[in-house]
Amino acid sequence: MKLTGAEILVRSLQDEGVKHVFGYPGGAVLHIYDALFKQDKVRHILVRHEQGAAHAADGYARSTGKPGVVLVTSGPGVTNAVTGIATAYMDSIPMVVITGQVQTAAIGSDAFQEVDSVGITRPCVKHNFLVKDVKDLAETIKKAFYLSSTGRPGPVVVDVPKDVTAQTAEYRYPATIEMRSYKPVVMGHPGQIKKAVDLLLSAQRPMLYTGGGVILGNGSESLIEMTQLLGYPITNTLMGLGSYPPTDPQFLGMLGMHGTYEANMAMHECDVLLAIGARFDDRVVGKVDMFSPYSKKIHIDIDPSSISKSVRVDIPIVGSVDPVLKEMIRLIKASKKKPGKELLKDWWDKINQWRARDCLNYDRNSELIKPQYVLEKLHEITGGDAFVTSDVGQHQMWAAQFYKFNRPRQWINSGGLGTMGFGLPAAVGVQFAHPDATVACVTGEASILMCIQELSTCKQYGLPLKIINLNNRYMGMVRQWQEFFYKGRYSHSYMDALPDFVELAKSFGHVGMLIDKPGDVEAALKEAFNLKDRLVFMDFITDQSENVYPMIEAGKGHHEMHLSPNRELA
Amino acid sequence: MKHIISILLENESGALSRVAGLFSARGYNIESLTVAPTEDASLSRMTLVTNGSDDIIEQITKQLNKLVDVVKLLDLTEGRHIERELMLIKVKATPDSRDEIRHLADIFRGRIIDVSQGTYTMELTGKAEKLDAFIREIDPELILETVRSGVTGIARGEKCLRV
Repeated sequence: MKLTGAEILVRSLQDEGVKHVFGYPGGAVLHIYDALFKQDKVRHILVRHEQGAAHAADGYARSTGKPGVVLVTSGPGVTNAVTGIATAYMDSIPMVVITGQVQTAAIGSDAFQEVDSVGITRPCVKHNFLVKDVKDLAETIKKAFYLSSTGRPGPVVVDVPKDVTAQTAEYRYPATIEMRSYKPVVMGHPGQIKKAVDLLLSAQRPMLYTGGGVILGNGSESLIEMTQLLGYPITNTLMGLGSYPPTDPQFLGMLGMHGTYEANMAMHECDVLLAIGARFDDRVVGKVDMFSPYSKKIHIDIDPSSISKSVRVDIPIVGSVDPVLKEMIRLIKASKKKPGKELLKDWWDKINQWRARDCLNYDRNSELIKPQYVLEKLHEITGGDAFVTSDVGQHQMWAAQFYKFNRPRQWINSGGLGTMGFGLPAAVGVQFAHPDATVACVTGEASILMCIQELSTCKQYGLPLKIINLNNRYMGMVRQWQEFFYKGRYSHSYMDALPDFVELAKSFGHVGMLIDKPGDVEAALKEAFNLKDRLVFMDFITDQSENVYPMIEAGKGHHEMHLSPNRELA
Repeated sequence: MKHIISILLENESGALSRVAGLFSARGYNIESLTVAPTEDASLSRMTLVTNGSDDIIEQITKQLNKLVDVVKLLDLTEGRHIERELMLIKVKATPDSRDEIRHLADIFRGRIIDVSQGTYTMELTGKAEKLDAFIREIDPELILETVRSGVTGIARGEKCLRV
């Protein structure tokens, strides 16, 4: 039987097992919306801005591992979604974005709501397609899902002109797909893995540095097994948090610009560094020629172009994290050389001295609400079990430092692109993927305003999110840099004329709470999280002067950290 | 150092812009770029001349390989290879200069392929350096127009870049 392009598209999504699509209708996608209307297998979630659709699909993908799906119209629908697509691209998140396009005959004529969607999105997608013939549509959708979710994942855009959605063709959805130009590597090179294990087992000051690739590649269990087998210290990047139990003594916390003293010092002084699914980002590395200067480096990554991109490594292993780690575990167990507890004793003594400086300590007697305190209490009251999304800035770093994530996919934040406005729509996506879970969005008063319209989506679908707004009346991270590096000239980082967030939340049909005393924090959080079926917007009026510590200035080495002002410079 | 990278890519619309976009987005140089379909119409063969340190060339080949449309590539400069470029050049053919130009064309194994009252148009193939040398030998006053195809190349011996 012949189906229209719109029907083929929707059937393809059904056959791909898609349950939710986040989108916003418009002229070029009306046929598709009509096809969606006539079925009930794929649920469409109406957002309030296309950026929100992409972030929601992104949150859905990060929390499940399955590709998030976006549907937007041509022109502004696409341009609005670009920020969300780029966010997913930078963090390697699987996503399929279906964009409407003007009729094939009108392409290139500057038609109403026309943009070159393939051109505009090309630098921020893993791949994109323009479907010119309805006969290619189903196979293109299959390719999009295949590309987005295999190898190093990423967003894939499928641009569909309106006339293609009206034309008809036989429907056949391919069960599998082969592409001669795309063959992702899974298993690492056995010789390289063996060399890596030999080097690891001969280390005197070893260090494991692991990133988002462990989470994307579902390698957390193997990582834990191998790390505990070795007894070596381990640090996670911002994107890797949740892949290793935070309370385990081998865990040194997050590394990098706002990483812990012990993690960064261990990176600096180690003699063998094993990087797993991490990409030596500038916020992790700091000054390249000062980065981990005494170590031999091993790097496991599924993307060969991530290896030796900024930091040269000695033993590269191209492969998917989990199978490579499993092979390493097998070799470690079979090896005659054992990681020597005695040999490592000096190293651990040193690490424990660094750890004893308690670099994340803060003033617990303040009369103002300290943001760190709110996050500690959030962790306590949610039993450490909530999904936590965040926006970008100081609150993001504090969430990373103080909410101890104990499972992969629990911590949802925009690491690579650093997109303010991500947190709320991402939480929408997480809540749809996990309807019974507790989802908290940690944000600040500047970030939250960038996608505040999604409070309306939350109302429509009755999403009981808990928004933790750490309101310091500043773009906190900008202010912090201006304090440190611009002699306190706070150029445009002050948020004048803020809304009354309690009233704002109420006007959207939600519960608003204002908390301005440290003594009220715990009770307010308890009250909010007990409101199981309501979205609660908690506006915490926090200490304006609080900064994120430790801090490595951009372009400095790991051993050149600022600790909080009441301690000496490291 | 100069590198000649041969790329087999899917003959899809937009494939060229993915390669060109990659170079501009990541700040790599393109000295020349030629592309045309192969005997298999579903594939295009591109020859790209670039330069950079070993680290940069390594990144360029990795990034190119990562493009979904790229099927295979080969850095020709890593092995023995042949490189050729085609040049069409139009010069003023005055009564005083005609003989000299014909003579020069002979030396460089060029051919005169179009003649008019006051012009000669010649074709020359060879390595880029040979074409440069030809241009140097001709009085600049006489040169009206030059067109160069950019470098194409192929590996010597039995080594092939094919699917």
